[in-house]
Amino acid sequence: MNPYALPAVIGVTLATVGIGAYGLRLARTTSDFLVASRMISPTWNAAAIGGEYLSAASFLGVAGLVLKYGVDVLWYPVGFAAGYLALLLFVAAPLRRSGAFTLPDFCELRLGSRPLRKLATVFVLFIGWFYLVPQLQGAGLTLQTVTGGPYALGAILVGGVVTANVALGGMRAITFVQAFQYWLKLTALAVPAFFLIAAWHHDGRPALAPDVTTFARPTTVEFAHPTVFGLAGETTIGVRGELDGSRVDGVVVVPAGEHTAGAHSTLSFPRGARVPTVRGVASSSGLAWLLPGGDGGHRLFATYSLILATFLGTMGLPHVLVRFYTNRDGAAARRTTLVVLALVGLFYLLPALYGVLGRVYVPRLLMTGDSDAVVLLLPSAALGSGATGQLLGALVAAGAFAAFLSTSSGLLTSVAGVLSTDVLGHGSVRDFRRSAIVAGLVPLALALRVSDLDVSQVVGLAFAVAASSFCPLLLLGIWWRGLTAAGAAAGIVAGGGAAVSAVLFTVLDGPTGRGWVGAVLAQPAAWTVPLAFTVMVVVSLATRKRVPASVGSTMLRLHAPDALRL
Amino acid sequence: MLAEVARAKTAGHTRLELEEQSQIGEALVRGLVRTQLALALRLAAVVVVGLGGLPLLFAVAPAVARARPFGIALPWLLLGLVAYPFLIVAGWAYVHLAERTERDFTALVERPDK
Repeated sequence: MNPYALPAVIGVTLATVGIGAYGLRLARTTSDFLVASRMISPTWNAAAIGGEYLSAASFLGVAGLVLKYGVDVLWYPVGFAAGYLALLLFVAAPLRRSGAFTLPDFCELRLGSRPLRKLATVFVLFIGWFYLVPQLQGAGLTLQTVTGGPYALGAILVGGVVTANVALGGMRAITFVQAFQYWLKLTALAVPAFFLIAAWHHDGRPALAPDVTTFARPTTVEFAHPTVFGLAGETTIGVRGELDGSRVDGVVVVPAGEHTAGAHSTLSFPRGARVPTVRGVASSSGLAWLLPGGDGGHRLFATYSLILATFLGTMGLPHVLVRFYTNRDGAAARRTTLVVLALVGLFYLLPALYGVLGRVYVPRLLMTGDSDAVVLLLPSAALGSGATGQLLGALVAAGAFAAFLSTSSGLLTSVAGVLSTDVLGHGSVRDFRRSAIVAGLVPLALALRVSDLDVSQVVGLAFAVAASSFCPLLLLGIWWRGLTAAGAAAGIVAGGGAAVSAVLFTVLDGPTGRGWVGAVLAQPAAWTVPLAFTVMVVVSLATRKRVPASVGSTMLRLHAPDALRL
Repeated sequence: MLAEVARAKTAGHTRLELEEQSQIGEALVRGLVRTQLALALRLAAVVVVGLGGLPLLFAVAPAVARARPFGIALPWLLLGLVAYPFLIVAGWAYVHLAERTERDFTALVERPDK
């Protein structure tokens, strides 16, 4: 147990609420409340966007996936960053000039259609909630890992704090909070990273990608559920609990082959013992971990599908778009996005390092499957249980909490914004507060029910839905005069609907088979994105008589340089 | 593109043409949109080929994936480190060029009439 972790987590939470309260005194009118009156400088805004974007998936999930699967999953962080480039190239400046605050606003401004606005609202709510669940889940996991408290407590704590903060403080408060949290997250991974690399050198640089993964230190693994594991050779194990159906309490020599450990039993492996394989916990080892996956075209398909989802999905995430309205003008939006790209890229240098060193110092996570905890456990595993290891562990836990708080705040603000203007009211401050509470309770209820989803993969699926619905709408809406409301709606329903079905199937049905069927459903973007674009273009061409008459003036507004002040 | 439209322009207030969306104003905006889109697509193509080509390259030529410059396996070096500065440089180039297009367009519109 780490004595510093709980105070650190509480400190971050109090700081978040405190800065929020400071912002609250500044928020007076509705306009202040929602868009911070566009008074925020690009640097603050960029740090806030970065802070909001780097979620549990980035802070915990990427390192966990690298620990398990190796080089192939580095496409997640690369894609998360490249998404900002796509946003910069195609969307940032015109979207800011459009004056749209949310995606439904953009639909109405560009195509003047109320039904399309309603459809977009449904997708904003789905993506927002789907993205909020893994954040709350990460919070539960973190509190469980560092304090031993129950899973539900962390989820409820983060859900409650964020809902209250958003309901009371609005966007201005959140800009300050988010900017603070970007720097906290960067520090929380960067500082321990220096110590971890030093420790690795000090330990004589153990191989990072050995053919056989072994325990670098004597390691005790506790299994919460009955677990089947395989030993490659005869191993001396200290057992407390049930092994192969009989009660054992002491050191035994276990022969090679498959064995079953009972629920709540602990196994202690000596230094240098080979890490057993565990049934039901997928991971790669040796060359498959070190080198890009080659076996079969479906692996290549899955990689490209993931790249497409992250590259095109970022622009369709509701909490990302809301931020653009706080820029002064189109040129400022562009510059802000470039700074965000740099900040996000800087951050993503770190999680992979944790995943790689995790294989050396915490290979037991490959047995329990809790690989999302690697970032939290690595400092004390590599640096020992002295004060240094524990303080750095507390810093990482604080950073993880900053990640959940900031991303869920941003998501909740945008979901509540859409709810208050389109579903529950007419956009007054009171409506916004009421909506924030509703918007916060739904994902909390979901997060308490599902605790065993892989954080990064769930987030990846949310990207796939965004890429197959809002990305074509934005790209065609901004750059093509021929788009009609009917075309946009048909494209969103076809592409977004297909992606949602694939996502629900994957999530509800668990990991569906291997090979092509699994790849096509688990990484749907490679077929749903082209489907959405095709349907949108074909239906628009078929209804070309209904191109809005205002398209000329809209195009002028979206693309005319700010300096002209037209 | 813009120069072509500018040559076709008759005497008059360009700004007014834009505001009133006359045919000339419309042609000017179409030209601007096309220029900016072409710029964005060109830079996207650079990134799609430069980064997006990697999985295919590693699949087609596994020997490349086994190279170890500076003692780090090449795929790790490219995806873990080099990809980010590459994206930032592409973004910087876009902002620089897009702002130049806008300056040219503004100069064209605000040019005193002869």
